[in-house]
Amino acid sequence: MPAPTRHDEAWRYSDIAAVAAAWPLPAPENIIVPAGGHYARTIVQDSGAIHQIDIAIGKGATAAIHVLNIGGEYGRIELNVTLHEGADFKLGGVQIGGNAQTLEIITTVTHAEPKATSSQIVRSVLAGTAIGTYLGKVAVARNAQLTDSVQSVKAMLLDRSATANAKPELEIYADDVKCAHGCAIGELDPMGLFYLQARGLSPADAKKLMLQAFVAGVFEGAEHEEMLIEAALQKLGELV
Amino acid sequence: MLQITNLHANVGDKPILKGLTLSLNAGEIHAIMGPNGAGKSTLGYVLSGRPGYEVTEGEVTFNGQNLLDLEPHERAAAGLFLGFQYPVEIPGVSNVQFLREALNAQRKNRGEAPLSGAEFLKVAREQATALGMDMEMLKRPVNVGFSGGEKKRNEMVQMGIIDPALAILDETDSGLDIDALRIVGDGINRIMRKPDKAVLLITHYQRLLDYVKPDFVHVLADGRITRSGGPELALELERDGYKELAA
Repeated sequence: MPAPTRHDEAWRYSDIAAVAAAWPLPAPENIIVPAGGHYARTIVQDSGAIHQIDIAIGKGATAAIHVLNIGGEYGRIELNVTLHEGADFKLGGVQIGGNAQTLEIITTVTHAEPKATSSQIVRSVLAGTAIGTYLGKVAVARNAQLTDSVQSVKAMLLDRSATANAKPELEIYADDVKCAHGCAIGELDPMGLFYLQARGLSPADAKKLMLQAFVAGVFEGAEHEEMLIEAALQKLGELV
Repeated sequence: MLQITNLHANVGDKPILKGLTLSLNAGEIHAIMGPNGAGKSTLGYVLSGRPGYEVTEGEVTFNGQNLLDLEPHERAAAGLFLGFQYPVEIPGVSNVQFLREALNAQRKNRGEAPLSGAEFLKVAREQATALGMDMEMLKRPVNVGFSGGEKKRNEMVQMGIIDPALAILDETDSGLDIDALRIVGDGINRIMRKPDKAVLLITHYQRLLDYVKPDFVHVLADGRITRSGGPELALELERDGYKELAA
């Protein structure tokens, strides 16, 4: 298979040179969560890597993935998830990039059978000329009634030169489903920053506190919550 | 303590303050009253260093220091506190966390040791209790979901914790019912009515001044102090309105 180009939707915003250099990629990691099982995984991408993971979640099973995507010139986390009856998938993703970093989280979540639930929360903080992308497709099969799926995607731009791409996408063939998606790209509230500074926080600390609040909720309940927050804070400290 | 001399300031391209001169000594409470659009809030923002409020002429010294040279957080560390007319909501940031960081940043700036979590909570609990605020509220995100009155009360709790030398209180009385007004008034007296402190109360109405007795009252109109007097001036304003006096 040839290396992807910008014409491939899933690679449209990628660092194509970095992808070509890494091509061909090894086969995706393959995870099967058996019926009734629980799976939890924490991924800290801090060196510039492409992670491709296929996850099949069996009947009534759960999987929770927490991702901190912060390192290297190009970091990509690609998840291909299939949910069986009554299964549950949770993704909490944070991307923090500065300089010319390109960071992306790409997901395809397929509700193959009824009554499965999925929740994806992704927060990106981008400075410099960094590019942060979330492409998330939720596909609901014809018989996957009572699917409940949520995508919440927000990005914070610290500089006008940074870029955020967000594309939550739904492909629904069942007729009794609940699929919510929300998406927002913004800047830090200048009045909030002034308020914090007027109480004594330096501009950098005020920004850091607001950004911490922006990303912290994503890791709530994560297996390695403290480590994730600490690593995120350290990276934020480098950007403000 | 605070000396404002011939202060001119723009917001955007628009001149708002046009030669304001005012002097506050330690131990004094001054009230600034005036009609809408006179520049009252602008004065508070200029003194605390809000971006976008540009001083074009004049000077301000605070305890001998050139205040206008300092960043907002340095002004806070120097002892200046602005009570906001519209306290800002900051989702996700808890009051307690933010106040402890703010207080310790100020202490660090002054070369003092930081307060431990336990020491800080003790101070916070005292202030919250004195102002009739539930400690649980203090753990919630800053001002999020607070009523107008609760936000103003929270400003006073913050002032009590930070314990500034100079408080500029911008319409702290707006949005308060009678009971809350008394609690807030008592709070201002308790925290700030001291020989080494001063207060600049910015208000539209006489009613706060029933609880916090000013030593001096000034009328601000069209960017300048047009009249100054004792507490009786506030009563006169309440009776005759600003029009008479601004002329």
